[in-house]
Amino acid sequence: MYPSSIDTSERSVGEDGLPNFPMRRCPFAPPAEYAEIRKKPGLSKVRMPDGAWAWIVTRHNEVKQVLGDNRFSTVPSTPNYPMIAPARASLLRNEHPATLIRMDPPEHTKHRRMFSREFMVKTVEAMKPYLNDLVDRLLDEMEAKGGSCDFAEVFALALPTTVISNMLGVPYEDQEYFHERALQKLDLKADPEVPLRAGREMREYLDGLITRKLEAAEPADDLITRMLHNYMLPGHITRAEALATAELLLMGGHETTANMIALGCLSLLLHPDQKDALVADPSLVVGAVEEMLRFHTIVHYNGPRVALEDVEVGGTLIRKGDGVLALISAANRDPAAFDDPDRFDIRRKALHHVAFSFGSHQCLGQALARAELQIVFSKLFQRFPNLKLAVPVEELEFRYDAFVYGIEKLPVTW
Amino acid sequence: MKITVDMDKCIGAGLCVVAAPQVFAQNDDDGLVIVLNENPPADQHEAVREAARLCPALVIHLQDDND
Repeated sequence: MYPSSIDTSERSVGEDGLPNFPMRRCPFAPPAEYAEIRKKPGLSKVRMPDGAWAWIVTRHNEVKQVLGDNRFSTVPSTPNYPMIAPARASLLRNEHPATLIRMDPPEHTKHRRMFSREFMVKTVEAMKPYLNDLVDRLLDEMEAKGGSCDFAEVFALALPTTVISNMLGVPYEDQEYFHERALQKLDLKADPEVPLRAGREMREYLDGLITRKLEAAEPADDLITRMLHNYMLPGHITRAEALATAELLLMGGHETTANMIALGCLSLLLHPDQKDALVADPSLVVGAVEEMLRFHTIVHYNGPRVALEDVEVGGTLIRKGDGVLALISAANRDPAAFDDPDRFDIRRKALHHVAFSFGSHQCLGQALARAELQIVFSKLFQRFPNLKLAVPVEELEFRYDAFVYGIEKLPVTW
Repeated sequence: MKITVDMDKCIGAGLCVVAAPQVFAQNDDDGLVIVLNENPPADQHEAVREAARLCPALVIHLQDDND
């Protein structure tokens, strides 16, 4: 009923008995195999598309253990780093310089700390009046469409794209250019040349933007300009590193939140009793957002690692040099951490989910993402109480083949 | 309860501020953790434990009294 192409590989096992990875999933649930693997003692192995094998970690506490332990490297050039698709391998092995999400400490710590203050809880708190106004304006624009629209494009993508463009100082008019390339970079089924070229074009685009910012008579009040003046011009980072970070923040700041808004909206449309409860009691929005994050865990294949030393996890000895998939999508459906984990329930306490990952690489922009989602879902159904799917749910196209999961279009009426 | 933090590993994720805003804050300069009260009162203990559990960099360490 729900075709998935990335795995077309049948849920079969290879000649050596190892299950192939990735595995087929449903629109609203990770592969059934994760639950079977979780029940087996210790850790299991899977076969990657390139023939290498890797440990698969599916329990919440063990995924946290791996992601929280710096003896597991996130540097893709490390031998045995699990590559989930040829397009991904091509991108990760050839992207220079690497962005900070592909660095280990102490290098990672140095780069990440340059940007922590930009995404502090209180920085985001101070943005809330702006976010509130922006959400209202975009809901006005949606209403002006008449009685129907593609919510994914008209609202879900427009909001985070506007926010991150404004924050970084990237012209919003260029959003079609960078969004198209973001999708190409994340396309797991693409010809391996495509994500590489898209990444190159993103950095060329941002290089031109940086030149304009440096030539500006007065420094603008935006994150990229601050990065240039505080870190690049004094020589703490190179221009190429500044470009890599600008690209990471632009990609991470719009595509992830956009997909979460669309999937969150869909989940509430499919659970009208919970949608009504949220409208009646707006204080439920905080928990509702955490549940959406947990339930969908849109970066399904986060996170690949390689052991830099021998480490025991769940009674299994992972040897130095072994590849490991510590899957946040599996951890967030572990019944030991979440009762009846396949049920969508906005009233559950889900704050300990790992949808933003865990450890030193946990999402830099999580406070901003939470703020955007909380404001959206405290207003959307108040404003459009009769919002409905315009097509049967079976007709929706899900992005099985994207590194960041989502939905192609979400046609709604009101 | 006595709170210590490992500043070398703090990444400024800010979850401690979300969980226990009366006990933790973030430094304006670098976003890293500031402990506002190293010996928080009993009514804050549960929030502080939640902050320690949520901290992605595992930098919040708690020493419990025999309370």
